Amino acid sequence: MAATQEEIVAGLAEIVNEIAGIPVEDVQLDKSFTDDLDVDSLSMVEVVVAAEERFDVKIPDDDVKNLKTVGDATKYILEHQG
Amino acid sequence: MTSKIKPAKGAPYARIMGVGGYRPVNVVPNEEILKYIDSSDEWIRSRSGIATRHWAGPEETVAAMSVEAAGKAIADAGITPEQIGGVIVSTVSHFKQTPAVATEIAHRIGAGKPAAFDISAGCAGFGYGLTLAKGMITDGSAEYVLVIGVERLSDLTDLEDRATAFLFGDGAGAVVVGPAQEPAIGPTVWGSEGDKSETIKQTLSWDVYRRTPVPGGNGPADQLALDEIRYPAITQEGQAVFRWAVFEMAKVAQEALDVAGVSPEDLDVFIPHQANMRIIDSMVKTLKLPESVTVARDVETTGNTSAASIPLAMERLLATGQAKSGDTALVIGFGAGLVYAATVVTLP
Repeated sequence: MAATQEEIVAGLAEIVNEIAGIPVEDVQLDKSFTDDLDVDSLSMVEVVVAAEERFDVKIPDDDVKNLKTVGDATKYILEHQG
Repeated sequence: MTSKIKPAKGAPYARIMGVGGYRPVNVVPNEEILKYIDSSDEWIRSRSGIATRHWAGPEETVAAMSVEAAGKAIADAGITPEQIGGVIVSTVSHFKQTPAVATEIAHRIGAGKPAAFDISAGCAGFGYGLTLAKGMITDGSAEYVLVIGVERLSDLTDLEDRATAFLFGDGAGAVVVGPAQEPAIGPTVWGSEGDKSETIKQTLSWDVYRRTPVPGGNGPADQLALDEIRYPAITQEGQAVFRWAVFEMAKVAQEALDVAGVSPEDLDVFIPHQANMRIIDSMVKTLKLPESVTVARDVETTGNTSAASIPLAMERLLATGQAKSGDTALVIGFGAGLVYAATVVTLP
């Protein structure tokens, strides 16, 4: 069953916490991965790969650069999840 | 008529018998790189783990560095140069294609008349050379083969590209491969993914200079304006390379362990291509290597030296006592092509 927006944000929060050590409660829709969450371009790849596994979605390299905020990633996963 | 051809009698197995390295005298700290790019020591370290790299001077040519590394490897192996039956040189930064630099190196080390040739397999070049050497020894074409990875990547570095200016370094690493009674070089898991060739590449082909008029000369006009032509440099798509290197190469590394019949718990040392500390750290995490495994982190002080990085890292681990002779090591190279090669070896 497809994940809801709340489940995706919660999942991304766990992933960002694991990779960048940011508290899960700080991971909100309007937060920028690089500016607010200490996720640099390489860590972003790790976040993306973890999200792909968790939400059964493919996020090609060309699309990764468009995912600036948690909201961007959540919307992308909502629209593309298997 | 079809005559019966007598087969050569090769050694049952092959092993790495000795290793040697050469690092150029000039050590270049991040502060030096900051003269060229708008960045910081902290940024470079956090993105790459690199603090210093070596840049070769005019006398430290591809051949000269190779001769130094080869001499150490031959001494370490306990053989004489005359016994070398093959010299394989992997490089992408020797700018004179003909003749192969391997022949000059063979001559300068006093190796007699060995088979000598260059190969081009980017950062996987050492593994490609090692695999060829193993085949030459087990099929009886040579008893001892010198495999050299050597680069002057400073000659292919765009110092104004803030994503790569700090990455690359120069140096040479060499091993002597010889006969063995027990398996000491596992099956190689190798391959290429040419559909991803754009992710790491040289910006321009050298022949652009042949087609471009010399300033003030009378040569034919070219479609490229002169000011658009820069000296060719290596460029890469950082995120795409990182994803491939960490997650796809972890699978290749695991496969090399599997085909060698070695479990992660049995592994002593992991020597990945020294591309970037972030890649190394993430590979170790993805592979779930036990903490008992010593991981090569030579990139911190040597930078990314492409084909030279694995033998240089191997030499340093042994020289510093972090690894010892007889240890079981997983080596994996990966880079432009995209190409890769992984195998399990017994350290010399």
